[in-house]
Amino acid sequence: MISKFISLEWKSFIRSASFGKSLAIKIVMGFFALYFILAFLALGFGLYPILEKTFPGQDPFVVVNGLIFFWFLGDLLFRFFLQKLPVMSVKPLLTIPIKRSSVVHFVLGKSAVSFFNFLPLFAIIPFSIILLTKDYETTKVITWVVAMILLTLINNFLNFIIESFSAETELSFLPIILFAGALFGLNYFNIVDVSGALSSAMLAITSNPILLLVLVAVLVGMYLFNHKILIKKLYLDHSLKTKIKEVTTSDLGWTKRFGDSAPFMQLDLKLIWRNKRPRSAVFILVIGLLYGLFFYPQPMYRDMPIMYGFIGVFVTGIFLINFGQFIPAWDSGYYKMLMSQNIKYEQYLKSKYTLMVLSVIIMFVLSIPYVYFGWKILVAHFAAAVYNIGVNSYVIMLGGSFNRKKIDLNQRAAFNYQGTGAVQWLIGIPLLLLPLAIFGLLTYFVDFYAGISALILLGITGVIFHQKIMRFITKKYLDSKYEMIKAFNQDN
Amino acid sequence: MITTSNLSKKYSGKEVLNVSALDIPKGQSFGLVGNNGAGKTTYFSLLLDLIKPTTGHIKNNGILVSQSEDWKPFTSAFIDESFLIGYLTPEEYFYFIGDLRGQNKQDVDNLIAQFEDFFHGEILGQKKYLRDLSKGNQKKAGIVAALIGNPEVIILDEPFANLDPTTQIRLKEIIKDLAQQKGVTVLVSSHDLMHVTDVCQRIVVLDKGQVIKDIVTSEATLKELEAHFAGTVNPV
Repeated sequence: MISKFISLEWKSFIRSASFGKSLAIKIVMGFFALYFILAFLALGFGLYPILEKTFPGQDPFVVVNGLIFFWFLGDLLFRFFLQKLPVMSVKPLLTIPIKRSSVVHFVLGKSAVSFFNFLPLFAIIPFSIILLTKDYETTKVITWVVAMILLTLINNFLNFIIESFSAETELSFLPIILFAGALFGLNYFNIVDVSGALSSAMLAITSNPILLLVLVAVLVGMYLFNHKILIKKLYLDHSLKTKIKEVTTSDLGWTKRFGDSAPFMQLDLKLIWRNKRPRSAVFILVIGLLYGLFFYPQPMYRDMPIMYGFIGVFVTGIFLINFGQFIPAWDSGYYKMLMSQNIKYEQYLKSKYTLMVLSVIIMFVLSIPYVYFGWKILVAHFAAAVYNIGVNSYVIMLGGSFNRKKIDLNQRAAFNYQGTGAVQWLIGIPLLLLPLAIFGLLTYFVDFYAGISALILLGITGVIFHQKIMRFITKKYLDSKYEMIKAFNQDN
Repeated sequence: MITTSNLSKKYSGKEVLNVSALDIPKGQSFGLVGNNGAGKTTYFSLLLDLIKPTTGHIKNNGILVSQSEDWKPFTSAFIDESFLIGYLTPEEYFYFIGDLRGQNKQDVDNLIAQFEDFFHGEILGQKKYLRDLSKGNQKKAGIVAALIGNPEVIILDEPFANLDPTTQIRLKEIIKDLAQQKGVTVLVSSHDLMHVTDVCQRIVVLDKGQVIKDIVTSEATLKELEAHFAGTVNPV
């Protein structure tokens, strides 16, 4: 039975429409994976000497066990947001004479071979090798490795239990925050010394391998509990059905002042607010706004006015980049309908343009407090904002006319590269590097003000020729109409 | 109203549609039937300029659809669920379409009020997004949205599929009323021979992209069609 499941799984991987098609994305994802693997390897090899230095006189092995609690919590949080139990794919299996129980075993077993469970090994194994070279007892080290693997798997299944409870509440991430927060709080305020308890438990296990059975028992318990929860949910009206929330509507009357493009503005605002994927573009605003804090507090960067321009373009343009790169793919689900309606394409694009311009202005206003780090930063941000409005907004819309990738709005947002094609990577060059080059070169060879004036001038030129540029972009979109309809009609 | 000449569509060398001439006069209710792959949806997509013809052209009220967009104000369509915007409520969707077709909220309200019967209390005021409605209810919303803004040409692809019997009967009345009372040209495709013969004044049978029958509906039409489709299994 299991071999049948595995062959199904293999086919779904090999035959998926995106296999081979989006090689670029695969490569990028591969780089991410490689990055994490390398980071963990470095951690594994570097941990021992680092701990030796930071906690002189203490046994690094004991220190590591003291830190396991935080590893455990971090791992759990990380998993909660990124790892999901692959339940949906079993829907067609329900009517086939396979025992529900073995379907559940398969789903749970599959989750055990996830990347998240292998990643820690890249740190655990090098660390244990170093322990061996430092003449720690072999049995002790091996027991420790086994214990860590068991802990990782316990985390794996604990996460699904938490997820299944959070699926029933309105604020889905409340349980995990409460759980992690409570554990952390109890530990931090020394009410219950969780990390100490965990640490002595680990030390006890390593000196007495028979205690590993306790961890195995916990793991089996978690597994069976998951099995119990899942088997009850494996009906179409439970977890397999997506939740329907009651909706509230607002009429967004204020958009009327934007005239012809008002209907599209309303549509775009609803698009952003009611779908997971675009909504995340809004949350990224916060990250974008804080981006400057990585650089400006450091004197090294503060004395480098060249950086101001780049950070300015990024901070004021974060929404423009995140939202704009998927024009018109956001509307791919109903693109056919839009194309058969009596619309002026220019109005449709103008609505997107207006949204992006508004976001740049808002981001600039919000970034004014950076003036604390020097008024030149404010000036640079202003120039960058003008440049974003007058140049980058057009560049990104022009890039959109090459967009041939559909986006399913209901997919979750984090680490979702659906709809990302070569265009999205290439567009970054004119978007970020061009202003950096103009500003950087002028600042370097002439002075700061020459760079600022160049950005502002380019921006103003763009605004002056707004009508002409928009007409050109509209034509580009109309030219690729049939290709877009065809591409958006395909599920990728 | 709609003239088709020398129209053909090829996909990588394979011809999926070839219609040398087809005229649909104003106010006719026109039915398109055929087995899967006969070219019904392809024809509608060409009529809406969603795909490019390989040869020939379609004129809608004298306007070449692949050249000008002036046919859009008086033409509306519901082809499939991809015509709906999933994250809007039905009401919001109707108002949005109304906005695009120059109708204010009141106009739209007046129009959808006439279809309360058709909606059967399952569309309006449900506080649900279109994506969360059942397939049948999505179809109802899509069909009614195609009636917003007094279009002169309405194109409905498989409107009867997924609808419950009561709604099918009501939809037939709506289509008949549009063509006979209001002079609207209605184009309908269907797999259900009974429904098309009930509704359409004229029925065209497509097979592998070719027009093989063009019938003015009469008492005998249903029999004739049934005989034809039964016969295609074992050609005489």
